[in-house]
Amino acid sequence: MNNAIYASRKRGDKIVKALCYAAAIFGVGWLCLILYTLLANGLAGLSLRIFTEMTPPPGAHDGGLLNAIVGSLIMTVIGVGIGTPIGLFAGTWLAEYGRHSQLTNVIRFVNDILLSAPSIIIGLFIYGAIVVPMGGFSGFAGAIALAVIVIPVVVRTTEDMLLLVPLPLREAASALGLPRAYVITRIAYKAARSGLITGILLATARVAGETAPLLFTALSNQFWSLNLGGTMANLPVTINNFVNNPDPNWKQLAWTGALLITVSVLTLNIVARVLGAERKPK
Amino acid sequence: MSQSAAVLQKIDAPQVNDWTNLGSIKLSIRNLNFYYGTTKALKNINLPLLTNKVTAFIGPSGCGKSTLLRILNRMYDLYPGQRAEGEVLLDGQSILDPKLDINLLRARVGMVFQKPTPFPMTIYDNIAFGIKLYEKIPKSELDGRIETALRSAALWDEVKNKLNASGLSLSGGQQQRLCIARTVAIRPEVILFDEPCSALDPISTAKIEELIDELKSRYTIAIVTHNMQQAARCSDRTAFMYLGDLIEFDETSKIFMSPSQKQTQDYITGRFG
Repeated sequence: MNNAIYASRKRGDKIVKALCYAAAIFGVGWLCLILYTLLANGLAGLSLRIFTEMTPPPGAHDGGLLNAIVGSLIMTVIGVGIGTPIGLFAGTWLAEYGRHSQLTNVIRFVNDILLSAPSIIIGLFIYGAIVVPMGGFSGFAGAIALAVIVIPVVVRTTEDMLLLVPLPLREAASALGLPRAYVITRIAYKAARSGLITGILLATARVAGETAPLLFTALSNQFWSLNLGGTMANLPVTINNFVNNPDPNWKQLAWTGALLITVSVLTLNIVARVLGAERKPK
Repeated sequence: MSQSAAVLQKIDAPQVNDWTNLGSIKLSIRNLNFYYGTTKALKNINLPLLTNKVTAFIGPSGCGKSTLLRILNRMYDLYPGQRAEGEVLLDGQSILDPKLDINLLRARVGMVFQKPTPFPMTIYDNIAFGIKLYEKIPKSELDGRIETALRSAALWDEVKNKLNASGLSLSGGQQQRLCIARTVAIRPEVILFDEPCSALDPISTAKIEELIDELKSRYTIAIVTHNMQQAARCSDRTAFMYLGDLIEFDETSKIFMSPSQKQTQDYITGRFG
C-alpha cells in the first residue's frame, strides 16, 4: 500500500467529516437559539388568561389571545378542509389516471411553482379575487387563502405517496377484476395511507403559522367573533401587530402567541413523523 | 418475416389444423401479434390452451412469454401504447373485443404474479375482498369460502389461527399461496402464473408446484417460467418461444425428450439463453 496516498485519503475524510459536522451544528444551532428565545420570552406570559381572555386594548395590563387562537383554529380547519380533498383528488389524478398523460408534467410543474410561491402573493391574489368583490376583509377569505396554500402541498405529497405504491400491487388488484376507482381507493390509498395523512398534517403545520395571506384577507379583530363574513382575529397577524408596538403587555402577548404557534407546529410535525415512520416496510 | 418464423409456419401449419384432435380447448390464440408502441413483441402466435391442462411457456428473457400471458387477461390494457392484434377466444368468445367488460374477463381469468402481492390488509380480508366484489353472501358462508380457498392453496393449517394478522406478516412463500387463494376464491376458469416461484426458496417452490398439479383438475392453467425443470415437472404441454416467435409447442415430454426444432434443443440443453 502506498502510505502517502492512504494518508491523504484519511486527511480528506477528516476534512469532509469536519465540514459536515460544522454545517450541521451551524444549521441546528439557529433553530435551538430560536426555540430558546421563544421559550425564554414566551413562557413568562403563559397563563390561564391567555386561553380565556380576549386581546386587550393598548395600555391595558391584562387580556389574552382567546379570540386569536379560536380564529386561527377556525380558518385553519376550514382552509385544510377545503384544500385537502381538492389536493387529494388532483394528486390522485396525477399519479393514477394521468400518469401517462403529457398534461401531467405541465400540471406538476405549475403545482411546484404554486408550492414555492411566496405566501404574500397568494394573500394579494385572494384580496383581489375575494376581498374586493365581497366588499371587505373576512375570515372566509382568510380560510380560502390558506386553502390555496394547502392544495399544492397535498397534491405533491399525494402524488409522491401514490407513486411509491408498487405497480405489481395495482396489477394484482386489477387482475381480480377490480374497477380502476376501486384499485385506487381500496388498495392504493390503503397502502399509502400513513403517507397521505402525513402530507395533510404537514400542510396543516405549514398554514398554521402563515401571516401574509391573512394580512390582506381576514385582517384581524380585537374582539370575539365567529362571523366568517367579517374580519377575524388570528394568531399570526395578532403577533405581527403586537410585536410592532411599544406597549409591553402587547409585546409579551406576541411572544406567548409565537410560542403557542411554534409548539403546535412542532407537535404536528412530530405526529407526522411518527405516522410516516409506521409506513416503513417490514 | 424472420427465418425462424418461416420455418415455424411450415412445420406448425399442420398443427394449427390439428387442434381438433387435442381435446377440449379453453383458450385459442390465432394469428396474434402484439406491439409495445412500434416494437413488435409477438409475431403471429398460434396456440391452444387445453381445458384442465397445464401449459408452460419457456424461453430466454425478452422472448415474449410474459407478454403473451398478460394478453390473456388484458393486463396490457393498463398501459397506453400497448396493442394486440389477432384473435384470442375464451370458450369461443373473443377477449380482444374492445367492448368486452375487462373486469368480468379478469374474474374468469385470474393471475398470480412473480412477486407475492398481498394487499395491505388482514389475511381474511385479502380473500374476502375479491369475493365481496362479485357476491353478497352472509358471513357464515363467506367464512366457509375463505377456508375452502385457503385449503385449496395449502395455506389453511398455517394461518387458521391468525386470520386477522396482516397479509404482509407472512413469509414470501406463504404470501404467494395467499395470492393463489385469493385468485381461486373468486372461482375463475383459467389461472395464469407469471413466474410464480422466481422469488421463492426451493421448499416453497415445491409446495407451489404441488399446488398447481392439484389445481389443474379444476382450472385451466398457464405458467410462465424460467426454470425448465419446473416446466418439465408440472406442465402437460410446453411452448418454447424465442424473440417473439413461437418456435415449438407440443407435449411437455416431447419438447424435453425429442424436440423437433434445433433452437428448442439448444435452449433446453443450455447451449443458449
